[in-house]
Amino acid sequence: MFKYVVKRVIAAIITLWALVTIVFFLVRLMPGDPFTSAKLTKEVAANMRSYYGFDKPLIQQYFTYLANLLHGNFGYSMKYTNKTVNYIIGQTFPYSADLGIRALVMAVSFGLVLGIIAARNRGKKLDFFCVIIAIIGTSIPDFIMGAILQYFFGIKWGLFPVAKYLGFRYTILPATALAFYTLASVSRIMRSSMLEVTSQDYIKTARSKGLSEFRITFKHQIRNAIMPVMTILGPTVAAVLTGTFVIESIFAIPGMGKYYVSSVNENDYAMILGMTVFYGFFLVLCNLIVDIMYGVADPRVRIGKR
Amino acid sequence: MSERENILELKNVVYSFHTYGGEVKAVRDVSYEVRQGEILGIVGESGCGKSVTAQCILRLNPEPPGFFEGGEILYKGQDVLKMSKKEIRKIRGREIGFVFQDPMTSLNPTMRVGAQIEEVFLGRTDVSKKEVKERAMDIMRLVGISDVEKRYKQYPHELSGGMKQRVMIAIALVSRPSVIICDEPTTSLDVTIEAQILDLLLELREKLGTSIIMITHDLGVISRLCDRVVVMYGGKIVEKGEIGEIFYNTAHPYTKGLMQSIAKLDTAKGEKLKPIEGTPPDLFAPPKGCPFAARCEYCMDVCEQLPPEAYTVADDHTTFCWLQHEMAPETDLKKATAKKGEV
Repeated sequence: MFKYVVKRVIAAIITLWALVTIVFFLVRLMPGDPFTSAKLTKEVAANMRSYYGFDKPLIQQYFTYLANLLHGNFGYSMKYTNKTVNYIIGQTFPYSADLGIRALVMAVSFGLVLGIIAARNRGKKLDFFCVIIAIIGTSIPDFIMGAILQYFFGIKWGLFPVAKYLGFRYTILPATALAFYTLASVSRIMRSSMLEVTSQDYIKTARSKGLSEFRITFKHQIRNAIMPVMTILGPTVAAVLTGTFVIESIFAIPGMGKYYVSSVNENDYAMILGMTVFYGFFLVLCNLIVDIMYGVADPRVRIGKR
Repeated sequence: MSERENILELKNVVYSFHTYGGEVKAVRDVSYEVRQGEILGIVGESGCGKSVTAQCILRLNPEPPGFFEGGEILYKGQDVLKMSKKEIRKIRGREIGFVFQDPMTSLNPTMRVGAQIEEVFLGRTDVSKKEVKERAMDIMRLVGISDVEKRYKQYPHELSGGMKQRVMIAIALVSRPSVIICDEPTTSLDVTIEAQILDLLLELREKLGTSIIMITHDLGVISRLCDRVVVMYGGKIVEKGEIGEIFYNTAHPYTKGLMQSIAKLDTAKGEKLKPIEGTPPDLFAPPKGCPFAARCEYCMDVCEQLPPEAYTVADDHTTFCWLQHEMAPETDLKKATAKKGEV
């Protein structure tokens, strides 16, 4: 197991290095640079370029960046003067992560329950109801979902604050809006996976032992059905925790989301790279955790000796 | 042998499935009985209703789409069909064990083997936890699993096919049921393991006095193991009785066909096996006469029109075939002793 984790960590480092390299050179291929702006005079722009080291050969810039990265230093943002990328991420990530965790807890718990209920009541009204929720969740984009929630729960009925992120009551609407899509896909996957497990031979064996339906569902079906859900959870966790542009803009949450978009628009090389590496790191980490969790849930994929 | 009392009796069981294509009449008027301590073989080709009938006993068929149209299943005199879900659960595993066809898929991959055996005792207050573990380990030893301490903690994927089937048998046996139903337990195993499993079943019958229902399509297995045989075709019983009678005094063309399609040691070189031509009947619209009529070399007009009556050929030998009728022509299957009679 230890050997396996070490191997995976090494693979993860190589993945991240490849990511950094590709993105580093790709951004340079974009037209313009952070300082091509009508407002800057040519001299100022040239000064800025040399200040950030753009006048040095590209390959030298690349190695300088890598060396800084090894120290955990993403460098200075080229648009937000005097702020490091680390500082910006440190300021905004806690909000995104907080919102993301709430949304995830909601999505996974309700998604699993809905999926299980739907599968147990296949073809009945309850199943139909769960399927409708799943369809709504997957087909309505999050910005519409967010707006609908704001309109009804925030403005019309006044149950929750419409925007800002100042306390528990503020978190409910954005977390729900963010959770909906994941909730819907978790419930759909869990439903079909449960149905598949139900027709397995070992369920018949369990039944032939005289076990109760409750025991069969919980001990024999769910654990075997949960694997496909775990598979989608890796990338989903990474995506949800690191912030989403749309939900955070709609609910005026000071999260990371907006920097994904603005950094690209503004050619802010350091920000683009910083965000990408941060996200990539998260994604790789989540997938690694999921892979280890597989072994916990299913002894067949457990690696090495226990 | 025939003096023993019936522990399980199926009377005129009719069982069907609702499907999109219509109603599949899987079991049509099947009656047989299992006596104390005997091994009853049920033989027939795929889809003839032998497994469905056996699963009816524990009501393991998915319902819906399956449903009973009639009949009685008496276990120790009590009708299983009239029992509540709770009462049936008490019979499952505890009174009647079930060994399924494919050991590779019939064990839960995420549970340790020992826990899966112990589960049979779940919800029972009459045995302590310690006792449960002891009994689980004893039964594992009994079915020939070596290194029980280690196996107990292993997962199914760490065992070989034969070992898994032994675990299945251990699950079926652990609470000392009066009957175990083996649904083609050796079909997916190779022949050496098959022989071991069959020996094991014989040995267990000797030691524990368990009645066994052995479902198979292999007459070799039947001849080796069983005291009595039920031959099924197209959802119906065509012939049943004591094993010697069925093998050496065959009275039904289908049984005869089955025997002829097996390779024997004394088959001459170059001589071909004789298959039964044709395909089994469509159970969406079962034939109104004898189910075997369309494939039968002896087929008469009456066979296509009317379901055959029961004929008692000998003490413990019944066949459902018009050839035994007094007006039927003389054939090699017609028995002088055959009397029209109830089952």
